[in-house]
Amino acid sequence: MDLTIFLLALFDGISYAALVFIVALGLTLIFGVMRILNVAHGSLYAIGAYATVSLTGFLLSLGFAPVLSFPLMLISAVLVGVLLGGPIEWLLLRRIYDKPEVLQLLVTFAVFMILEDVQRLVWGTQPYFQASALQALGNVTVFGVTYTVYQLILLPIVAIGLLLGLRFFLRHTVIGKLILATTEDREAAQSIGIDADRVFLFTFVVGAVLAGLGGALASPTTSILPGMGADMIVLSFAVVATAGLGQIEGAAVTALLIGLGRSFAVYVWPEVAVLVPYLIMVLVLLVRPQGLFGTSVARKI
Amino acid sequence: MKKLLTTTALCLAMPLTAMAADKPEALKIGMTTFLTGPASVFGVPARDAMDIFVENLNAEGGINGVPIEVTYIDEGAGAEALTSEYRRVAETEGAEVMLASISSGNCQTLAPLAEDLKVPNLMWDCGTQRIFEENSYDYVFRPQGNATSEMLAAVAYLLKTHPDFETIAVVNQDYAWGRDSWDIFHNALKVMKPDVKVVGEFFPKFGAPDFSTEISRLQALRPDVVLSTSWGGDLDTFVQQAYQRGLMNNSTFVLPLAESSLERLGSSLPAGHIVGARGDHYFLHPERRDDADFQSFMEQYKEATGDIPVYSVFHASQAFAALKTAYEKAIADNNVDWPDEDQLLAALEGLEFQGLGRKLHLREDNQGVESQLMGTSAQTGDYPFATLENIMIFDGEGLLPPVGETSIDWIKGLDANYVDGLTVKTYEN
Repeated sequence: MDLTIFLLALFDGISYAALVFIVALGLTLIFGVMRILNVAHGSLYAIGAYATVSLTGFLLSLGFAPVLSFPLMLISAVLVGVLLGGPIEWLLLRRIYDKPEVLQLLVTFAVFMILEDVQRLVWGTQPYFQASALQALGNVTVFGVTYTVYQLILLPIVAIGLLLGLRFFLRHTVIGKLILATTEDREAAQSIGIDADRVFLFTFVVGAVLAGLGGALASPTTSILPGMGADMIVLSFAVVATAGLGQIEGAAVTALLIGLGRSFAVYVWPEVAVLVPYLIMVLVLLVRPQGLFGTSVARKI
Repeated sequence: MKKLLTTTALCLAMPLTAMAADKPEALKIGMTTFLTGPASVFGVPARDAMDIFVENLNAEGGINGVPIEVTYIDEGAGAEALTSEYRRVAETEGAEVMLASISSGNCQTLAPLAEDLKVPNLMWDCGTQRIFEENSYDYVFRPQGNATSEMLAAVAYLLKTHPDFETIAVVNQDYAWGRDSWDIFHNALKVMKPDVKVVGEFFPKFGAPDFSTEISRLQALRPDVVLSTSWGGDLDTFVQQAYQRGLMNNSTFVLPLAESSLERLGSSLPAGHIVGARGDHYFLHPERRDDADFQSFMEQYKEATGDIPVYSVFHASQAFAALKTAYEKAIADNNVDWPDEDQLLAALEGLEFQGLGRKLHLREDNQGVESQLMGTSAQTGDYPFATLENIMIFDGEGLLPPVGETSIDWIKGLDANYVDGLTVKTYEN
């Protein structure tokens, strides 16, 4: 393998990892704070993508410039977080925090199934493609291979920005510190006057916004179609489990590991490319069952 | 005792009197199609088309006065639900004929079941060539071609239009169709153009949302030809991503199923790439587009769905035509009001029929002989998406192995002269 191919595989791996990380980030944040594995995250991802495509398509048909699709991504993500994430936490999850984990899993899975059918009702079964955001940024050629600026530069920048932003938010803002305190010990936090219900609601909405944002950012690069959410939830769960549940920086490293592993596999041994994320997960969990960055804690039940 | 004797006597007399069936109130048929899942890009249009065919025929009075009723079964519900639904529709609802299915895996499950249930089954859309090569059936008929004829047409068109290409790479979906179609294509290339080098074989996951790495790799490899038999969202994503990154300027793409993505791909499928249609299926079919029945259907379909019809609609039209023709033939041959099952099966043997494409016929192994249309993409500006030019329609007869031979063995015995021996008609657009 010469240096060029090495670098090409590196670029591909990074841009793929960026997208996976953004989705996994929301999943791991919710788990870290609320101890809930949100299977419906995959649907929020898909609906974020669908919403972006519909909104962009609508505004473009009115004659607006393609650059406008960038703020629309953010708007779609926030809409998903507030309109779907909020009610899910408020109406469903709030009732089951003290119930067995299996029940929590079943409830979020049920929400996932319902939302999958909602997508089919609203958007039908035909694939959508809306790449105007990606085309607006143009291409860049590296070693004779053409990449889109969107995938090679924008996505990794957004991913790094989110990672740093979330770190800063959790450690250096008041709300962030409230979240950390609630994560550490919910009862103690409540006893000093923190409204844990509001903290949970806020965290879940932020996690849902991140899922929607992942979908919104993915939408210009891929076909939007039924089933995309299921694929993404499996992959991002692999990332989160490998990293250790609730580990934000760990999710970044693992996403990179899985992204690079997959892209190098395509260059060296394409037959196993599909397997790579899960191989990495199995190997890591065999050696460290708590995940790469996870710490062993007493089980909740 | 008297009652029992009478019944026995009646039962004994039955075979003698059952020369014809009573005219039913309605001809019930069951059709399996994907209403959910990725393959609903084919299943939903086929259902919409079927509704139109049935409505039109019933408005004319049905078959010999008998209207048709269709029950749809969703293939997307999984193999187990599918078989039990199939059984229910065939047995409890009393469907006289079944139309199954889109997925090759489902065809392989349902063909033996149809045989067990003794219900005539028209395999209306699935591609696998193995059905009649590995088994023989009395109740299963296929009113369409198969993977062998489709892949050989693609190879032949590629060799006719790009005789000098030297390297090829393949990007297929990682499941039975992606693997089998490449197997046929590759074996055909090996005997028809042995000097071609395969520089890359990629089988990304079925439903993969991202082909960026494969595309980077292809840009570094610079193959003359890139083959992909993918379909639906996978094909859309692959072509869009390849187009966005300029891969389509360097390599000629061979996309045997791209007819079904033309409208969705819009301007992202540039001129000069090879498009196939799993048969002679094209909404501007050069031999059929001026015919009244073709035009009136296109208008009805456009009105009902807002889209142009894709190949599964044509396959549905062929299955429907086979059904209607077989009943009419059985009625005429036996001079009855309504045929019984044996008369219907006899009529299906070697049946000739015509859907929205060219005329087809069934061979003695019940495999349909279907012409294959291939073309090159062109952005003419007449439509907001690519249409075809330099269209070739290959006669179906030369694209299938002789009855009793398996495709791969037959293909291995072919040579470089094969392509010149094919019957083909060429149209500018």
